[in-house]
Amino acid sequence: MDMIIMQVSLFVLAVILGVELITKVPATLHTPLMSGSNAISGITLVGALLAAGSGEVGGLWVSVLGMIAVTLATINVVGGFMVTNRMLRMFSRRG
Amino acid sequence: MSLSFVNLCYLLSAVLFIGGIKGLTRPRTAVRGNLMAAIGMLLAVVVTLLDQSILSYGWILTGAILGAAIGVLLATRIQMTAMPQMVALLNGFGGGASLAVAVASFLSTSGPVAASGIVGLTAIGLTVLIGAVTLTGSAVAFGKLQELLPGSPMGFRGITLVNGALLVAALAIVATLAAGNGGIGLVLVLTAIALVLGVTLVVPIGGADMPVVIALLNSYSGIAAAAAGFIMGNTVLIVSGALVGASGLILTRIMCVAMNRSLAGVLFGSLSEEGGEAMDADEVYAGKVKSSSAEEVGMLLETAQRVVIVPGFGLAMAQAQHAVRDLADTLERRGAEVIYGLHPVAGRMPGHMNVLLAEAEVDYAKMQPMEQINPHFTQTDVVIVIGANDVTNPMAREDKGSPIYGMPILDVDQARTVVVVKRSLSPGFAGLPNPLFAKDNTLMLFGDGKQAILDLTGALNEAA
Repeated sequence: MDMIIMQVSLFVLAVILGVELITKVPATLHTPLMSGSNAISGITLVGALLAAGSGEVGGLWVSVLGMIAVTLATINVVGGFMVTNRMLRMFSRRG
Repeated sequence: MSLSFVNLCYLLSAVLFIGGIKGLTRPRTAVRGNLMAAIGMLLAVVVTLLDQSILSYGWILTGAILGAAIGVLLATRIQMTAMPQMVALLNGFGGGASLAVAVASFLSTSGPVAASGIVGLTAIGLTVLIGAVTLTGSAVAFGKLQELLPGSPMGFRGITLVNGALLVAALAIVATLAAGNGGIGLVLVLTAIALVLGVTLVVPIGGADMPVVIALLNSYSGIAAAAAGFIMGNTVLIVSGALVGASGLILTRIMCVAMNRSLAGVLFGSLSEEGGEAMDADEVYAGKVKSSSAEEVGMLLETAQRVVIVPGFGLAMAQAQHAVRDLADTLERRGAEVIYGLHPVAGRMPGHMNVLLAEAEVDYAKMQPMEQINPHFTQTDVVIVIGANDVTNPMAREDKGSPIYGMPILDVDQARTVVVVKRSLSPGFAGLPNPLFAKDNTLMLFGDGKQAILDLTGALNEAA
């Protein structure tokens, strides 16, 4: 039970930190912030990798679902970071 | 590798994500911030791959190659006007990934993703629920934005009740699963219910409220990742998911404030609300709308000292951002001052117009937010409204009975002359007539946004 208390604490603290970080973002950055944070939410890729790589232990379905998860999460991560970078480069090109 | 080393690396990833998000909140550090977050992700992935609990790489490789190819293709091909759809799609993929991880975890009896105990099982249930809602909710949002589905609210009276019932059923199943009862069959039922719920939650929300929906789905995709973290007790998932969930919620709130709507109003209000006395468009416009020509407006612009351009979603539709930039350049060469006035919810996602103008290499300093530009409309000679409607509707200021009353708007009607570039007098997302079009100082320039702007530039150049 101690484990879960620690994890919930982490979660709550991270939420508070997130709220503190995001207040007062200029409107110009709303779209890149959204696509960038979206790419971060692709962190679920870590779980996907563990599932897809569990081999014989988990059975076929676990591997298949893991692969689907890896595919979706990779699109999320690669697409998200790249498109954010593309947008931000446009902003920095001038001014 | 030892478990503590892996966890220390995860901690480092989380720190990089936090630094990255912090960077993304300032224009000067944004590029670096994004890179930092990407490095954090790379670190987390590499460490996970080297972890000894990964036994086979075949499935991973297949998924990673496929995903990376699609991701690169999307990111490089997508047009800036289509960013809202892109973000909606990515949100959905993130939710879908968490959903798949949760189901896989339920199926594994041992191994790295196997869940145990009431905590793990509750987390599986919640991840399935949130992940599936994010997946189909984003799909519907994508469909609306891509105009595969009608943008207007769809559904039936009482859809809120149906949603409530679906949610209660889903939570009951989560509780049953958490108690250790029920097998994969029940998980699939839960998945099905949550998939339906995602559709019925977003379908009744109109196009005007899409910025709120995208921000909210962004938050959901983060919470789904955090919930997946609780399944495996993985701290980096918990922390980063929570960060994204919080940032999505804040953006949602910013959007709601900008539209003077409550979140509950956006989510449940669109159909349940009685649609008061609809204002008759003919009555508002009858005989008072003045149609103009590019030549006439061109003459006005020749003498204008200060011009404000107010873009809206129509600018994106017409891909007119470069044409607008050319017009602004022409005006500036003639000595006029040109400013862009941006409403926070112009377009279909937060900050959408800023991205489009940046693509056309408009100087960052010339894009002014609503609060900054509103006091200066009285000293403006000509305002060119292109493809914006509801965000300029004076009813929001004057008509207490209007559904948009109280929404902060751009006070364009206070300028000497307002030129509205628009295809027709059709209403905007809010479905209301806009008395601005019938004002004495308003000229309508009917036509395709891009062509109209090109004509204006042409007229100006001829005059020179």
